[in-house]
Amino acid sequence: MSKVRVLVGTRKGAFILDSDGTRKSWDVQGPLFPGWEIYHLKGSPVDPDRLYASQSSGWFGQVMQRSSDAGKTWETVGNQFLYEGEVGPHKWYDGSPHPYEFKRVWHLEPSLHDADSVYAGAEDAALFQSKDGGTSWAELPGIRTHKTAAEWAPGAGGLCLHTIIIDPTNHDRIFIAISSAGAFRTDDAGKTWRAINHGLRSNHIPDPDAEVGHCVHRLAMHPSKPETLYMQKHWDVMRTDDGGENWREVSGNLPTDFGFVIDVNSNDPETVYVLPITSDSLHYVPDGKLSVYRSKTGGDDWEALTKGLPQEDCYVNVLRDAMAVDGLDPCGVYFGTSGGQVYASADDGDSWNAVVRDLPGVLSVEVQTLK
Amino acid sequence: MIQVVLPRNLQTLAGTGRTVELDVSGQATQRSVLDALEARYPALLGTIRDPGTKRRRPMLRFFACEEDLSDQPIDAPLPSEVASGKEPYLILGAIAGGLEI
Repeated sequence: MSKVRVLVGTRKGAFILDSDGTRKSWDVQGPLFPGWEIYHLKGSPVDPDRLYASQSSGWFGQVMQRSSDAGKTWETVGNQFLYEGEVGPHKWYDGSPHPYEFKRVWHLEPSLHDADSVYAGAEDAALFQSKDGGTSWAELPGIRTHKTAAEWAPGAGGLCLHTIIIDPTNHDRIFIAISSAGAFRTDDAGKTWRAINHGLRSNHIPDPDAEVGHCVHRLAMHPSKPETLYMQKHWDVMRTDDGGENWREVSGNLPTDFGFVIDVNSNDPETVYVLPITSDSLHYVPDGKLSVYRSKTGGDDWEALTKGLPQEDCYVNVLRDAMAVDGLDPCGVYFGTSGGQVYASADDGDSWNAVVRDLPGVLSVEVQTLK
Repeated sequence: MIQVVLPRNLQTLAGTGRTVELDVSGQATQRSVLDALEARYPALLGTIRDPGTKRRRPMLRFFACEEDLSDQPIDAPLPSEVASGKEPYLILGAIAGGLEI
């Protein structure tokens, strides 16, 4: 029988949740790296026992961890993230030039073909790659030296490169997103990048449909349909069907189109999940009710999924990397909250159960489907 | 042997206890002690000093003999009580109220 392994990064350590394919009962392992912020951990699709974790601390900086036995043991690997060449400025919050400086790794994206190869998305916005299992890291400077990079300014969470999606049909094509610069695509494995923000409209920037400056919170793709991507922007849920050349809004009947997470059902590229958050000043769910919204039409028409989720006195947030889907049928959907709950659905989102309720605030959730 | 006291998170990372003993060759300075510490526990590389500049991470402090050595020259001799192992060299995280931690 298939199994699922849910990897949870929190503000005070990591947790691993294991279940069989029924996804009814769970074993909880953790906290791993207690006391440390675990921004993200993710397994290799080539070797599911190979896990990578980004461990960081305001005091002690960045640490990288690697496991070769599915999280039973870990070893520290390289944590030197040096920007290549002359490091120019980006805009600071007050508009003044501010030098790019490494702060932390937000997101790890293991290669689709080599367990020792992994990408790391960093704050300040930069993309790094390791080809030796995390022992050493080299910047792919094309994105940080993009012609618009001096104009990028950090969002409230920092100038972070937080989303990395590799096209499964063409590994040289990679999509990334940066808050608050926008979405970018490379077609040559990271050497050159182009902004792919046509169709986005953001009222918090002087030119609402500018080439860059959009606060993209998250991108999602179904591997069978790599030309189609979904985006949760600061405000607005968006969709492209031409690899990011053009975007259109699909917020439809959502109660609010502010939010952080977005994901696609593993069995249907037109079934999409978002989790609306009240607003950019009220970072909690609307009306004290925790609801996932699902569209079975690729956007525009959304239905609230509430069975098993708290519908009163709930004021949590769900951060951008804190939703994931498994590869089973029906699709399992998982998300973690700022209040430390991890909710799981084993039926495409129709109903939910809390796997754990009292973890530290959840920063990231990933799922591995194990045959 | 020089005694170095580590903060809890670095104890976890290094897989050691609160105090580690280091054999430092030559004159005991903050640099030589930190070099020896990182050589003995490579997992600590970059967590006390910036991996590129080797400067003290801003939210850490170095104390010994009831003195704050954090901003003292890194190649200055450590107090003889530290060099002899009578007093520990303390590495600790600064009190940081207000951060989202």
